[in-house]
Amino acid sequence: MRTHSKYIQFIGFVLFVTLSQPAFAKLNVLACEPEWAALVTEIGGEHVKVFSATTAMQDPHQIQARPSLIAKARRADMIACSGAGLEAGWLPVLLRKSANPKIQTGKPGHFLATDHVKLLGKVIDDPANLHAAGNPHVHFDPQRMSSIAEALKNILSKIDAENADDYQANLQNFSDSWNAAMQGWETSATKLKKRSVIVHHDSWVYLIQWLGIKQVAALEPKHGIPPSTSHLAKLLEIVEQQPVDMIIRSGYEDERPSEWLSRKSGIPVVTIPFSVENYSTPGELKRWMDGVISKLLPGVSK
Amino acid sequence: MKFYLLPILMVGLLITAESQAAQVSYGLTLDGKITDYRQDPEEYELPGFGLGGEAGLDDEGFSLNHSEITMQVDAEHLSAKMTVVIPEEDGDIDAELEELYLESVGLGNGITLRAGRYFAGVGYINQQHTHSWDFADAPLAYRAFWGRQYIDDGLRINWVAPTDMFVELGLDALNGGKYPAGGSTSWDGVDAHVAYANFGDDIDSSQSWQAGVSYYAADVDDRLSGGHQHGGGGATEIPGFTGDSDVLGLNLVYKWAPDGNYRNRNFTLQSELFIRDEDGDVILKGSSPLEATTYRGDQKGFYVQGVYQFKPQWRVGSRFDYLTSDNKGSDAEVLEEASLDDEGVDPKRWSVMLDYAPTEMSRWRLQFNRDKSYERNDNQILLQYVISFGAHGAHTF
Repeated sequence: MRTHSKYIQFIGFVLFVTLSQPAFAKLNVLACEPEWAALVTEIGGEHVKVFSATTAMQDPHQIQARPSLIAKARRADMIACSGAGLEAGWLPVLLRKSANPKIQTGKPGHFLATDHVKLLGKVIDDPANLHAAGNPHVHFDPQRMSSIAEALKNILSKIDAENADDYQANLQNFSDSWNAAMQGWETSATKLKKRSVIVHHDSWVYLIQWLGIKQVAALEPKHGIPPSTSHLAKLLEIVEQQPVDMIIRSGYEDERPSEWLSRKSGIPVVTIPFSVENYSTPGELKRWMDGVISKLLPGVSK
Repeated sequence: MKFYLLPILMVGLLITAESQAAQVSYGLTLDGKITDYRQDPEEYELPGFGLGGEAGLDDEGFSLNHSEITMQVDAEHLSAKMTVVIPEEDGDIDAELEELYLESVGLGNGITLRAGRYFAGVGYINQQHTHSWDFADAPLAYRAFWGRQYIDDGLRINWVAPTDMFVELGLDALNGGKYPAGGSTSWDGVDAHVAYANFGDDIDSSQSWQAGVSYYAADVDDRLSGGHQHGGGGATEIPGFTGDSDVLGLNLVYKWAPDGNYRNRNFTLQSELFIRDEDGDVILKGSSPLEATTYRGDQKGFYVQGVYQFKPQWRVGSRFDYLTSDNKGSDAEVLEEASLDDEGVDPKRWSVMLDYAPTEMSRWRLQFNRDKSYERNDNQILLQYVISFGAHGAHTF
């Protein structure tokens, strides 16, 4: 029976600590990727405190459900993630271990960007494919970003109705500057139209569709599986048969396959930041997309 | 499974089944091995530690080892998980219920409740499926103290603190019907308790750590283990321990990846230490006249391992195991026959492994052990494959 009194002490301690939590004025948001953290900053403004679980240098498929993230999920009022299976390897652990009712699947605080736009690249026949639900990297399409920004405004207004007017105003500000910038990007990117690129992996479908670029091949057709020698030989054949302007790779992907192909073919490699570097001040998404376009343009200037 | 668990499981299953949002997923994991030992695996022992549970070496040659079928049901407030293992031992294949539990989902205040059969909260890798381990076999400390892995029936309360640093406290009230407790005798069916605490944080964007402490206390009733075997004749006298058992566990895990990007390169260092303190009696079942001794167990064991992924798909790892004991009893001869005398040997082992994951669902592993578990040194070669179909869940840190 000695152990039973220990139980009572333990449970009493639990109740004491949990019930004596102070109420936080700001909404705590845990974003899975920095682009969603940046968007939360744009729309949430001063009413939110946001943290991104990953950086632009990390492959969001392969993230550890590390202790610090469980602690963050425990106290979050909301999560903002890509969805469509991108975080399938780690987000379920955060949800389960946090025991946080606000952020569980189906709750308002469970915000998945891909729930609010039409996805490209749905795979019907391959249930083992991580992206059977469609390609999750929607942040590369500014138009889809506009729709997601509006959906995010709606959710923030629902969770925190008191500040709904501010969220509406923030959305308006963001949309005005974003739409203006979009026109600028599209004008300067007209010379990218119909240009051919080889990508490291199919992470760029939205960018490619938006700008009218032609993807002729992928170095790594299956995620996480480095290209075989026969696949590389096939790519060499492809680049001999048709002009290819550049090889596109993100900062977190292995540089060796693209560097190898570049050496063999003379085609330049363009490393594009996969997301924003900083997400705590407004305007970062626009600066990031400026950077993406300016990285692509020199590839076709010659 | 004890009477008090059945109504909980049935009500929970009903709630889960009634829920409209219930999602069911299935998985199949094939885990097989080809092994080659220089010594006879039947002779294997750990002097100073009785071998119980599944502590022995895997069969020599090809074995299906530990293939399993999992079913997971996720509903709004509850989740259920079932794992059936299909182990092969001495040519016999028996299905075994490894996990069957209900768990609360999003209960709030950081609290999660669990009921059923599950991996108890001792140590670090005890709560992982064996096919997720970084080596093809269990650390010696897991063989010595947990019969490879400690699974039991019971109830758990787990609490995550609302702090910046990850702090988790938990309690398991367990039936104690399985190794290493031996059998349940108390009125409420609770004969073993585990209290655990885990802490963790990031050092910077590249480095994270987790540290844990667990304490196991049980009223052991007739825990059976393998005795000292004389020339492979097979022990007919089976040692049984009855008394108090306490095991303190400490563990530390450190992970590194450049910029926190685990895709290309990463490194994991982990270590666990167990200290067991036991007080009771050991009898040799089947001896005539019945041989018995008082027993004071004083046993320690640890392992440390490092695993480095040097490029996508490829990892190398190295592990060192060490056990030591200083057990006392009124009859030294009985202790020796019960394999509880250390015979002047501190079991130790060095291991190296190389593994390759051709796809996200499969892994091949080649491992070599220099095993000094007992007086005969052994060289062991293990080739393991793990292939997962369907849902195989997200991985914990």
